[in-house]
Amino acid sequence: MTRYIIRRLLWTIPVLLFISIITFALVHAVPGGPFDKEKARPAEIQANLLKHYGLDQPLWKQYTDYIGITRNPSGKYAGILQWDFGPSIAQRSRTVNEIFSAHLPVSATLGLVALLLAVGLGVPLGIIAALKQNSIWDYLSMAIAIVGVSVPAVVIGPLMILVFALLLGWFPVAGWGSLRYVVLPAVTLGLGSSAIIARLTRASMLQVIREDYIRTARAKGLSEKAIIVRHALKNAFIPVATVLGPMFAALVTGTFVVEQIFAIPGMGKYFITSITNRDYPVVMGTTLLYAVFLVAANLLVDITYAFLDPRIQYE
Amino acid sequence: MMTKQESAARALATGQKGPVKGEAASQQTVTNLWQDAFYRLTRNRAAVVGLVLIVALILVAVFADRIAPMYYTDGDSVLNNAVPLWLTKVMPGHMEKYAQISDLYPFGADYLGRDLLSRVIYGTRVSLPVGFVGAMTALLIGLIYGSVSGYYGGKVDDVMMRIVDIMYAFPTMLLIILMMAFFKSSFGGAAAPGTLAYEVNRINDVVDRIMGLDSGGMLFIFIGIGLTAWMGIARLARGQILSLKEKEFILASRMIGARDGRIIWRHILPNIIGPILVQITLAIPSYIETEVFLSFIGLGVDPPTPSWGSMISEGANTLRSYPHQVLLPALLLAVTMFAFNFLGDGLRDALDPRMRGTK
Repeated sequence: MTRYIIRRLLWTIPVLLFISIITFALVHAVPGGPFDKEKARPAEIQANLLKHYGLDQPLWKQYTDYIGITRNPSGKYAGILQWDFGPSIAQRSRTVNEIFSAHLPVSATLGLVALLLAVGLGVPLGIIAALKQNSIWDYLSMAIAIVGVSVPAVVIGPLMILVFALLLGWFPVAGWGSLRYVVLPAVTLGLGSSAIIARLTRASMLQVIREDYIRTARAKGLSEKAIIVRHALKNAFIPVATVLGPMFAALVTGTFVVEQIFAIPGMGKYFITSITNRDYPVVMGTTLLYAVFLVAANLLVDITYAFLDPRIQYE
Repeated sequence: MMTKQESAARALATGQKGPVKGEAASQQTVTNLWQDAFYRLTRNRAAVVGLVLIVALILVAVFADRIAPMYYTDGDSVLNNAVPLWLTKVMPGHMEKYAQISDLYPFGADYLGRDLLSRVIYGTRVSLPVGFVGAMTALLIGLIYGSVSGYYGGKVDDVMMRIVDIMYAFPTMLLIILMMAFFKSSFGGAAAPGTLAYEVNRINDVVDRIMGLDSGGMLFIFIGIGLTAWMGIARLARGQILSLKEKEFILASRMIGARDGRIIWRHILPNIIGPILVQITLAIPSYIETEVFLSFIGLGVDPPTPSWGSMISEGANTLRSYPHQVLLPALLLAVTMFAFNFLGDGLRDALDPRMRGTK
């Protein structure tokens, strides 16, 4: 197991390297630069600006400087390896590190609450639907699930505000601060995920409860509760765990739409504005951050497999 | 519900009267897979509702210029954010105290005084083509890619599937945002005749006109979605073919001298088209959602072309003062998503016997 984890961790290096190279190439392939403005600057100033941010260097040099394996124009090693994600070009006074420390906690809080909600709502709904297949509970939870799957956050968000903030006045319309601000955006974010989880849980639960070992457990005279919780649920959770990985990465690193609708100062905004601003260090930083979360989440998922199902073994 | 319908379907298909007893009944042969599937689909109420809604939406898109009270750019800026009287009564807040009241617009006007209803109606000309063209491209590229990879197997398969894996590892949203930014800055705006950008823009104009829009940059959205949408289908087709090509009937067909093309076309495709059709139908909402997302962040259709995404974005901005503006595009989008999901679920139940009852 330890060897497996080490090997997986080592594998993340080429994966992250690959993603960083592709992103770097793509974002530089987009025409225009961070200093292209409607009103042209004098050529000397433009040149100085480019020089200040090292954008006058050849592309490969910019990349190796960014990674931190070559000295940058000011003669220092200052790249990702030194935990320096560079300056933000669009926001002159901030570094990417500062943007991370200011906005990542907000997105992460929101994302984690949404994820807890998604699991806490989705798994029970799926179990009830599977155990009482073709009953009213089954139809009811699957009806809720199809609403969650069908209706995107762009729609749920404004409707939530309309009903629960403007009409009923239970929650604030938008903003960030106390716990009351978290509820509406977290529900908006989590509803879609909870629907996916509910449908998956139901499908895999239906499969698992027909397995031989469940019949064996029944034959041993175990209580229904023990059968469901200890034998069925553990196995039924495996496909659910698979989708939790990418879900976690996407939720925690911020979802632009929800943060936009609820005016939340999270990371989501930077994924998009950095690309339209050609803010190269921020694009690289946010993408790599997302990739790191994705890789880590997938690794965690694979490790939990082994705990959920002893038949799965890694060498 | 499902089982009752199914047994009814089986009973009818097998010419049996009364309830079907036990699994033995399902072993009896039915007339034809497609007739059987179609019959089962029509027995699924949700799927029929979905199908009817989709047909209605297509009709709205085709006849948008007849149905819509105004053209999507027409408006009176004096009447910006105007609200009809009945809406002020049903919506929260006290719009009647500050908003312009005008019954000229049945559902109110946007911040430029354009009729919201008309814009939502013209918005179907963006959303539906995006869904269908996305599905077509995904089907075309994905099916061919997956078939080749699965049928020839070995090294070809290895290389082709590694490429798909790499595409998968990359965050799709980032890829599509980068691509749209690339298109917008390379081909947006005026270009001198003779350049590549000029030619691309001319193609785009033709595409826009086919969609019945005066502007919009639809070509770029189609390309962006098409290029990121085919991987799932490719994987599915490959997996299906891998398991199918070892079956006896394929071997038999080869024994009597059928060529690769005939085997793929006559024997393999009819067997895999069911699951692929299901996957495509269920993917259409995600293509529509991608366009909505892109327009929401301002990288989708070019204004003034109305997209539900950009309308929701504008509506969300004025949510506090004019809560009604977001409602129409949001509800229509939700209905569209429901329709395709219902139809997709119904198709799956009707076509894929293994998934029956598991949803």
